[in-house]
Amino acid sequence: MSATTIPTTGDTPVFYQLEEEHHEPGGSTLLGFWMYLMSDCLIFAMLFAAWGVYGTSFAGGPTSHELFKLPLVAVNTAMLLFSSITYGFAMIAMQEKRQGAVQGWLLLTALFGAAFLGIELYEFSELIHEGAGPWRSAFLSSFFTLVGTHGLHVTFGLIWLFTLMVQVARKGLIPANVRRLQCLSLFWHFLDVVWIGVFTFVYLFGAMR
Amino acid sequence: MSDTLIKMIFGRLSLESLPLHEPIVVATFAGVALGGIALVGALTYFRLWGYLWKEWFTTVDHKRIGIMYMVLGLVMLLRGFADAIMMRLQQSMAFGANEGYLNAHHYDQIFTAHGVIMIFFVAMPFVTGLMNFVVPLQIGARDVSFPFLNNFSFWMTAAGAALVMASLFIGEFARTGWLAMAPLSGLDYSPDVGVDYYIWALQIAGVGTLLSGVNLVATIVKMRAPGMGLMKMPVFTWTALATNILIVAAFPVLTAVLAMLSLDRYVGTQFFTNTGGGNPMMYVNMIWIWGHPEVYILILPAFGIFSEVTSTFSGKRLFGYTSMVYAVLVITILSYLVWLHHFFTMGSGASVNSFFGITTMIISIPTGAKIFNWLFTMYKGRIRFELPMMWTIAFMLTFVIGGMTGVLLAVPPADFVLHNSLFLVAHFHNVIIGGVLFGLFAGINYWWPKAFGFKLDKKWGLVSFWCWVVGFWVAFTPLYVLGLMGVTRRLRHFEDPSLQIWFVVAAIGAAIIAVGIAAFLLQIFVSIRNREALKDESGDPWNARTLEWATSSPPPAYNFAFTPIIHDLDAWYDMKAKKAERPVTGYLPIHMPSNTGAGIILAGFSLVCGFAMIWYIWWLAAASFLGLIVMAIAHTFNYDRDFYITAEEVTETENARTQVLARLGA
Repeated sequence: MSATTIPTTGDTPVFYQLEEEHHEPGGSTLLGFWMYLMSDCLIFAMLFAAWGVYGTSFAGGPTSHELFKLPLVAVNTAMLLFSSITYGFAMIAMQEKRQGAVQGWLLLTALFGAAFLGIELYEFSELIHEGAGPWRSAFLSSFFTLVGTHGLHVTFGLIWLFTLMVQVARKGLIPANVRRLQCLSLFWHFLDVVWIGVFTFVYLFGAMR
Repeated sequence: MSDTLIKMIFGRLSLESLPLHEPIVVATFAGVALGGIALVGALTYFRLWGYLWKEWFTTVDHKRIGIMYMVLGLVMLLRGFADAIMMRLQQSMAFGANEGYLNAHHYDQIFTAHGVIMIFFVAMPFVTGLMNFVVPLQIGARDVSFPFLNNFSFWMTAAGAALVMASLFIGEFARTGWLAMAPLSGLDYSPDVGVDYYIWALQIAGVGTLLSGVNLVATIVKMRAPGMGLMKMPVFTWTALATNILIVAAFPVLTAVLAMLSLDRYVGTQFFTNTGGGNPMMYVNMIWIWGHPEVYILILPAFGIFSEVTSTFSGKRLFGYTSMVYAVLVITILSYLVWLHHFFTMGSGASVNSFFGITTMIISIPTGAKIFNWLFTMYKGRIRFELPMMWTIAFMLTFVIGGMTGVLLAVPPADFVLHNSLFLVAHFHNVIIGGVLFGLFAGINYWWPKAFGFKLDKKWGLVSFWCWVVGFWVAFTPLYVLGLMGVTRRLRHFEDPSLQIWFVVAAIGAAIIAVGIAAFLLQIFVSIRNREALKDESGDPWNARTLEWATSSPPPAYNFAFTPIIHDLDAWYDMKAKKAERPVTGYLPIHMPSNTGAGIILAGFSLVCGFAMIWYIWWLAAASFLGLIVMAIAHTFNYDRDFYITAEEVTETENARTQVLARLGA
């Protein structure tokens, strides 16, 4: 709005806008959502900081080198990255106004996301069975909290995704739904970026220790 | 069998959780209960529930939400001050054989509750409330970017406050001090519900604070009237922008650190324990990474208020606007680089302490620049000593001293002596009362006529002013002295009788402040009673300079019938100087957001969920959390969220205004 040129009539400036300016509904939504994402990013920053401090605080318990199974994590990472690609395809289909394709890609995204979560839960339960639960050492506390918080985000992303699928089915690709799909897209890719950090700093570095 | 069933239903909540053995609490409860019943009865008798629900609780109007924040802040101020005066009384009598009237269990809760309430539920709602009310008007907007979110944010803050209040009568509050430092706040040393109340109250209120921060940043970035470039924004809006950026960039840290503390307490993780590889100093670092920006979140808007007030009541354009803006931004950035000065005694070594000592001292440079800017604004100005200006001058005199003791504390060797002493307590009260609170009183006196259409009574305002200022100095000068003598904070009982006189003086100061608070309430009461005599119909009672004074008082729901166009920093002054014609015909329908009850319902679910988590009532926690999710999803299925105020209605409102202005002009 502030970029609008200022009308003047001769020497006396115009002080009121007599024509009602058309406001794009939800014009601030993407900016607001970005800011929310950055605040979320700070939560992850604190969890990464905790991992940075506690990553080797094994307290005489199992170490990251002993616990981490990189092949499983590789598969898991692939699931999440694939889900990002499929979400990207959903967005392309959305640009082309192909509602059926959008729903199909969203469903595929959800499947990849669910697979990611399933593998993560399997990994967690294995660890807990081996006596390496989050209460065992500060290393495991920060590991479970960082990875678990990411998993929790994916879970809410899935709930959101299914909600949006219902809404797209009911109302179609109306501007409000397009905006929501864009927000979820930001959210989903953001989780991907965070996971790259998790994969690198937690799993790869941890396995090398 | 039945025992386990009861445990399943009520968690660890039982009749023993009620503090019936504390006569002070029981008497307070009786008072609050009677007052509550009277209030509910009165609202029912006068059939006000429907009005409150329709016009206030479900409103998405930023002005009304702002006022609700102010009411919340005022109510909590009374609670927080009751805690303060109880502490002062205890410390002034508990010497030698006299144990005072508060036991340690109760006293420790009081100093914790006092700090938590004053920061989170007094200063924050007041600051957020003023920003909410003023910022959209100042930038010529119809509302904030996300009106529903605004309503939701308020109710989350209120839900957090409700949890703190509940802890007074059901169970207990934390006994850890206002930041709940680990490992004291861990399960080993604080096994009961106090810390859980603390955690859930702050987490729930924190959601509200964060979202309102996002909301106001988006509003200021996206919704400014045409022509208002960044360097034409009023200083209050600038400080609001900086504060809300700080909120968005600091509160997630608090969320994360409290989440880790709750995991330690609920799941048994080892983040801040002394065993299992954890480290309590990690908690101290993380909470101050939030905590230091938090004090700037509070003070920056106060700086904004002082800037508006000084310029208005000196009848001059603000001196050094550009340097003012840059000072605010420098403070915003530096506020992230000083957190370690809160615990130089951690033992991080000379280099680290020097770094944080120096960054801390550097903050005094932009702050000092601001003080000089205000002084130069007043210089050769035609100063009107109205109440807002009085508070501003008191602020300048008081805050400078607080700032200087702050620089003293920033010197690490001095801090090793003064750490955790009453000198520190005196310092931060010096800047928070002398800075934030004086600013809020200036702001309340300044913008009250805009919100309600009549000024606040000056006589009672002056009584309140003098009692606050004098009371503050009488109450806190002794604490500076005691701190220099080595008395530490949070003590309930003293042995050395030579100290007592200082505490007695401090208690007298607190009593003077109590008169100041009473006078403030009286001021509001008297002003409402005399509202006809104090009426301002012009909408611009102070001959002010910024845009909020261009519309009527109180402003219509849509703020401005026609969006103003900005040509100058002091937009309204510019309009007056150039005799801008207010358009009186050609009104159009105005697009507005609709009211919704979703915010209060969601906050209600959060409140129940928090309460259930505190008391280990797992089924209720799960059920209310599910309710929260379902309600949030259901809300997104409502696509019909706005309506139009018809052109006829706008015409009617504006014609009435035209007539009033014509009468005043004649």
